[in-house]
Amino acid sequence: MSRLAPTRRRLITAGAAAVGGLFLPGCDRLSRAPSFRTFLDSAEGLSYRAQRLLQLGQPLAREFEPRFLSPTFRTNGTALPASPNYQVMADQDFRGWTLRVDGQVMRPLNLSLDQLKAIKARSQITRHDCVEGWSAIGKWTGTPLSAVLEAAGLKPDARYIVFHCADAMSDQPDGTDFYYESIDLIDAFHPQTMLAYALNDKPLEIGHGAPVRLRVERQLGYKHAKYVMRIEAVDSFAKIGMGKGGYWEDQGYEWYAGI
Amino acid sequence: MSSVPDTTIPAPFKPAVAPGKAGVAIYRHRLATRIGHWINVLCLTVLLMSGAQIFNAHPRLYWGQYGANADPAVLAMAAVEGPNGAAVGVTQVGPWTFRTTGVFGLSKERGQITERGFPAWLTLPSYQDLATGRHWHFFFAWLLVVNGLVYLIHTVLSGHLKRDLLPRKDELRPRHLGQDIWDHLRLRQPVGEAATRYNTLQKISYLAVIFVLLPLMLLTGLTLSPGMDAVLPVLLDVFGGRQSARTLHFITANLIVLFVVVHLAEVLISGPWNEVRSMITGWYVARTGKAGGETPS
Repeated sequence: MSRLAPTRRRLITAGAAAVGGLFLPGCDRLSRAPSFRTFLDSAEGLSYRAQRLLQLGQPLAREFEPRFLSPTFRTNGTALPASPNYQVMADQDFRGWTLRVDGQVMRPLNLSLDQLKAIKARSQITRHDCVEGWSAIGKWTGTPLSAVLEAAGLKPDARYIVFHCADAMSDQPDGTDFYYESIDLIDAFHPQTMLAYALNDKPLEIGHGAPVRLRVERQLGYKHAKYVMRIEAVDSFAKIGMGKGGYWEDQGYEWYAGI
Repeated sequence: MSSVPDTTIPAPFKPAVAPGKAGVAIYRHRLATRIGHWINVLCLTVLLMSGAQIFNAHPRLYWGQYGANADPAVLAMAAVEGPNGAAVGVTQVGPWTFRTTGVFGLSKERGQITERGFPAWLTLPSYQDLATGRHWHFFFAWLLVVNGLVYLIHTVLSGHLKRDLLPRKDELRPRHLGQDIWDHLRLRQPVGEAATRYNTLQKISYLAVIFVLLPLMLLTGLTLSPGMDAVLPVLLDVFGGRQSARTLHFITANLIVLFVVVHLAEVLISGPWNEVRSMITGWYVARTGKAGGETPS
């Protein structure tokens, strides 16, 4: 044993040095390897299934008393969509805006802002959690998404609801890089999921996604698509954008952002 | 088979005689404990570093239900313009502000001076990439939870908890605790039979990590999930809000780092080769004392 000890010592020293010296660059290399990323991504499916199991009773996100409202509700992402179309609509107080509802639906719809508001209304004081880490509490008023989807009537093939937005994410607005998002039907029919048109009792400002943004209260901020122009029911989002179900998802973020 | 009188040493720790002057070789850590330990090392390292990456996406901490840039921060790291126009890294903790250029707020990333909370050598990945940091964090959080559950079940069922971790009544007497603290302060190492088991301070700190800090880490982490807040809104009441939970998640992570620092210091003091080998092979060489008493004279 005493003769073995130096060998073991050397082994342990070498091991410690290898772990220390290779760990950081190794992790960076692993971070970029597609196969390792797929491996890490397996945790997302686990989180999604675990949370959906725990959420079987469709529990609500906490609704706060007005005293918890954030004094300042900061904006994030696009501040002003660059497309000329959008700017014309904004100049006319969105009177020309219509929401298209199509895809796997029985009755495709074109709704003006007034028509959308007439369907049904709901207000909720909820917390907005950005993936970066900050939170802001605001009062949202809007039309429950479930009411819109019921008006259009989903076909049996529909599995996801995709939100197409007015903000292009690069300098070349060629119609392929608009912000988009998608959610499953569990969140689509959740009572707090809504197409919000007012924040803190005032019409949505452009920085917050005027005229209409999605609220999907049990997920992080990037799922709450702003400047919604079209709602599409699909059986798969593999052929939309880069196929990951959303603009940020295409950049490597999780599709399920409940965590 | 033994020259050491076999007295109170439980069966799995039956001593075997080691040749030479090294002392008595003892089978101290079982395979399950060893595997669990090294998985923990990997998980906690990755979680700490990917957590620093996530923190860097918004290097400000708040107290309460909400908190964003316009709200007062309890801790913040940032780069600001210094008196001579050059950027300075600053860290604000409560009412105090410190210059932390090179470490917090402003440090080098791939040779470039960059505004970032924690420095590149502390984050995973080293470059700014929140999406990738999150993937690492959640994968290893799941692994830590699974490993922790297996450990808890094993530690209770095998009797490890009762036999080795829970302090005996006499160990909690002030006199014994005082002696234990005094031994630690003098860096006195137990010998003989006493070296075969955990000392009282060691037991208390292990229990604190297993039953307080790690569960707190998990629960404050879950409070950051809007999906879990809907399932367990009580989390928001217990921790005083999502932003408080984020701050507590940060503080608890620092306490675990503190534990690791002390733990590693103890390993160094008590003989790193022996300690590391015992956590790899299971075998530990206990120094033979005069009478095998608990407190060396």
